[in-house]
Amino acid sequence: MARTGPDGRAEDIVAVPEKVPVAITVNGVLKHLRLAPWTTLLDTLRDRLDLTGTKKGCDHGQCGACTVLVDGRRINSCLALAVMQDGASVTTIEGLATDGVLHALQQAFIDHDAFQCGYCTPGQICSAAGLLAEGRAKSAEEIRELMSGNICRCGAYPNIVAAIQQAMGQP
Amino acid sequence: MIGFQFSRAHDVADAVRQIATEPSAKFIAGGTNLIDLMKQDVERPLRLIDISRLPLKSVEEAANGGLRIGALVPNADLAYHPLIAQRYPMLASSILAGASAQLRNMASTGGNLLQRTRCCYFYDTATPCNKREPGSGCSAIGGLNRMHAILGASESCIATHPSDMCVALVALDATVHVAGPGGQRAIAFADFHRLPGDAPQRDTTLQASEIVTAIELPERGFPAHHTYLKIRDRLSYAFALVSAAVGLELEGNTIKDARLALGGVAHKPWRDPTAETALRGQPASPSTFARAADIVLRDAKGYEHNRFKIDLARRAVVRALTQAAAGTPQVQSSKKIA
Repeated sequence: MARTGPDGRAEDIVAVPEKVPVAITVNGVLKHLRLAPWTTLLDTLRDRLDLTGTKKGCDHGQCGACTVLVDGRRINSCLALAVMQDGASVTTIEGLATDGVLHALQQAFIDHDAFQCGYCTPGQICSAAGLLAEGRAKSAEEIRELMSGNICRCGAYPNIVAAIQQAMGQP
Repeated sequence: MIGFQFSRAHDVADAVRQIATEPSAKFIAGGTNLIDLMKQDVERPLRLIDISRLPLKSVEEAANGGLRIGALVPNADLAYHPLIAQRYPMLASSILAGASAQLRNMASTGGNLLQRTRCCYFYDTATPCNKREPGSGCSAIGGLNRMHAILGASESCIATHPSDMCVALVALDATVHVAGPGGQRAIAFADFHRLPGDAPQRDTTLQASEIVTAIELPERGFPAHHTYLKIRDRLSYAFALVSAAVGLELEGNTIKDARLALGGVAHKPWRDPTAETALRGQPASPSTFARAADIVLRDAKGYEHNRFKIDLARRAVVRALTQAAAGTPQVQSSKKIA
């Protein structure tokens, strides 16, 4: 199917390049995939690997629901091409618990009732895991600022901050 | 998003060679703006060239006494780099004022310079936009222009450059190093971004097939007297209505050197040498600051919804100069304006 681009040239919108081999370690397991280059990491996790804990909220990097850890750093998986993560290690919400024991953040979110509908929660928890690893946030004020990339439309923010403080070992 | 070919660049020369083969090709590093624009059908590259693995990720001492920052240093790494925090705290602060922690982890230094405007009409392919489709008209001039430019705009475009980091970089007199088919060259930061004129489709003076390789900072970093003050609709994770980067050198209460740049007000980070000249040699006082603010805004022009930004900018300049002179820079995690 062809259509006219902004510069007036006809463009082939189904360029159909060959799929690209991609190897990503997801929650400790190496996955070999063949992916179209435009597949995002988010869509790969949800649609190819059935890891639907990671949520598609806005799909434009504005809400944080898709937050995962790539090589330990929190990112928006909706804005990351899977082919560019070749060789990387990805941790999603499904990979945080170990041997059936909840991650300290997961337990803290339960303890502090840090959600209502729960849709933003996987992104909130993965983002908070990234925040703990960064070690920059010391105060509630700094937690709030460094968690601002995760929107909660239920408005559970005070409880989210309290849960993160618990996981940080703060009173 | 349209289908595209994907390839990886092996070195800078290979990147330059690859991008020259396809007119619509784009480099991708962090991808935080480009992927979004592709999802919106605003950018339609038929090839993406992955430069994210090129060895441009270090911050090094430069021969000029300053620092050389690789184009692929992530924004977060730059903001928290000990040498940046010590010697160029205004730059660190400006980076932490922008985007979110996740986006700063992904976004590259070079990509921050090359991000496109967030003008809503640029993003909306159903409306005319001279930046997206040259000659189609500007929907913002008679439209919803609350976020738009008050300085240096044209009949063709009133979009603003969205970066915070670039406001500090222009204030610090940084230099952009680029490589292209004709070799390497250096561009003064103030000359890197353009005013819209009658060609708003061109954001920068980067030429076809050129790639940003590094940003160089001169020695003077204003660590004692600086600030980055950002005024926005939300307290975090929002683009600036107005921002001000200030660096001062004081001797007693006399201003020996001054840097002043604004964000959120123009098609480029707005630095005003006339206002800086008016500050030099003067006492650091409210009247000096007010005069400088009047000079910066002397040619400001508002549109239906953004006239408030002229006064907002004037007050932001005075407040930022006051913060810098007092040695009490704005803290980005604090929501109180000092």
